[in-house]
Amino acid sequence: MSDVLIRAKGLSVGFPIGGGLFGKQILKAVDNVSLDIEKGSFFGLVGESGSGKTTLGRALLKAAPITGGGAHYSDGEVDYDLERITRDQLKDYRKRAQLIFQDPYAALSPRMTVRDIIAEPLEVMGLTKNRQETDARVREIAAKCRLNLEHLRRFPHAFSGGQRQRISIARALVSAPKFIVADESVAALDVSIQADVLNLLKQIQSDMGLTFMFISHDLSVVAHTCDHVAVMYLGRLVETAPTRKLFAAPRHPYTKALFSAIPSLDPDDRGSAQKLTGEIPSPTNQPSGCKFHTRCPFAIDHCKRVEPQLESDGTGHDVSCHRWKELMASEAA
Amino acid sequence: MTALIDVENLTLQFRTDEGLITAVDNVSFSLNRGEVMGLVGESGSGKSVTAKALMHLNARNAVYSPESRITLHTDKGPVDVLSLKTPRDLNIVRGGAVSMIFQEPMASFAPAITIGKQMVEQLQLHGDYTKDQAKRWSIEMLDRVGISDADKRFDQYAFELSGGMRQRAMIAMALSTQPKLLIADEPTTALDVTIQAQVIDLMKDLVAEFHMGIVFITHDLGVVAQTADKVNVMYLGRMVEEGPVREVIRNPKHPYTQGLLAALPKLDDLDAPLTPVPGDIPSPLERPSGCVFHTRCSKVVGDICKRVDPKDRQIDATHKVACHIYDEVLA
Repeated sequence: MSDVLIRAKGLSVGFPIGGGLFGKQILKAVDNVSLDIEKGSFFGLVGESGSGKTTLGRALLKAAPITGGGAHYSDGEVDYDLERITRDQLKDYRKRAQLIFQDPYAALSPRMTVRDIIAEPLEVMGLTKNRQETDARVREIAAKCRLNLEHLRRFPHAFSGGQRQRISIARALVSAPKFIVADESVAALDVSIQADVLNLLKQIQSDMGLTFMFISHDLSVVAHTCDHVAVMYLGRLVETAPTRKLFAAPRHPYTKALFSAIPSLDPDDRGSAQKLTGEIPSPTNQPSGCKFHTRCPFAIDHCKRVEPQLESDGTGHDVSCHRWKELMASEAA
Repeated sequence: MTALIDVENLTLQFRTDEGLITAVDNVSFSLNRGEVMGLVGESGSGKSVTAKALMHLNARNAVYSPESRITLHTDKGPVDVLSLKTPRDLNIVRGGAVSMIFQEPMASFAPAITIGKQMVEQLQLHGDYTKDQAKRWSIEMLDRVGISDADKRFDQYAFELSGGMRQRAMIAMALSTQPKLLIADEPTTALDVTIQAQVIDLMKDLVAEFHMGIVFITHDLGVVAQTADKVNVMYLGRMVEEGPVREVIRNPKHPYTQGLLAALPKLDDLDAPLTPVPGDIPSPLERPSGCVFHTRCSKVVGDICKRVDPKDRQIDATHKVACHIYDEVLA
């Protein structure tokens, strides 16, 4: 397929921890993940904290070490193997792939004006020849993110959370990237503002033909913005599908539990949810077999011993669970 | 229904270098025992400041207006909270009859003292417990909130627990003095949905068991729908709408409440566009004249919104709203 922008194959990210006399232990933050992100898509990545969402996002930006498998980036102009990328290629890749952070309060330097914050990537990467060109570019991007000239002269402290997030977005967009990882980019915002930033991201995506990886723990936000969703648990991909398919009929017990944990807006629909007990295990001490078996209400002996593989059904809805067919059937009955 | 706390005409300003900032503007509400009140609004709306006022816990530069009155009804009779001055007098609202759970459980425990020591310390401060009794009761509370191996956790430090576990320990600690009123300031915001669901369940059980009142501060209307009996919506220090949870969520009257609900992504209708409340919450230094919401309101009825602060209108016996839309209808 030519329209895949990023393809990960068996991607693993491990961090060495501890390290005593008898060698080091490896913490596998991302474990054997394969996925395709299509050009122009809004790809959602969900899971609890500690599931490896952020690390996966960073590995795809080549900001975390890839320790197994690999990932490929190809946008029609260039073709990079992220595992074996050269220094010069990496420099170029930084222009093409950008990150928007979670906390707009921490992401912006308080000592720089908004103009300088947005212009910095251009100057560092040497993308413009002179100040006039830089200014023109900054103004163009600022207008896209609904910031006016008056805003550019001010410092970040003068802005509210929503405005700051728009500044972060402008900074990420200024190098005209093709791929953007938005890591919990609306989690720190109030709902009234959150909708505004989400609409802006969608707008920019269609205007500039961008590809987004949208990392979030908020399933209702993901449902509204993304066209494809992947669910992670303890570094593994447990289910991936087009958004509507996933939300209409989730297959993995973990995905189902995540959905039912979303607080319903209906005050009369209390406590009907199927609740997960316990918490996500520590990645240094991972369960055998299926990683989810310690919290899964449907786990059988087989789940404790054998790790399930991601099964493709040909329609793009993949799941890694030994019992999903059986469970779906009993649910339907 | 036994009244637990009455707040009347609470107005609170902060003295700052840039002048007086109004954080809470003439807020009144009351809460009964066994009742859960959701306090909703975006950041900067004055939710936390209002809650802290109940414990007389605001910073020294806080100025309460002379009409402000907070009355806590304890077993020993009513207490005028704002008249309390000395630390000894304040004990009753700070951990005695009133307890508080904060958003960030890591920041609420001292990092270098074990969980157990902190629990025992506050128990001995607020009641006549011997060290042994305090320890036994603390372990029982930890166990009660669903912490496994409670006797082992008792000797651990906050950093050794996971986020959800820490929030449970926080709840156990807040409830161990058996308060009449629990203030929960965004207790589930920092947690994952799965853990949030567990904590919400736990809190509901505890209300039923201890029969206390809870002020639940949150910006998440879903969480409110799941926990609260009644809801107060705040905007820039003003209480703009107040009513039973079903009424406010199904039949919101104030344009701001309607806006908040419309901005929420809904899972049952993925095609519905997300409609943000336009603009940003103004800085408290530039408080709008008239109705504080008029700068962002899509339903401004005329000049009156810019000039006159709307009065509270009673929609029915329990549902109140402060908006000029309802002027003619009810006048």
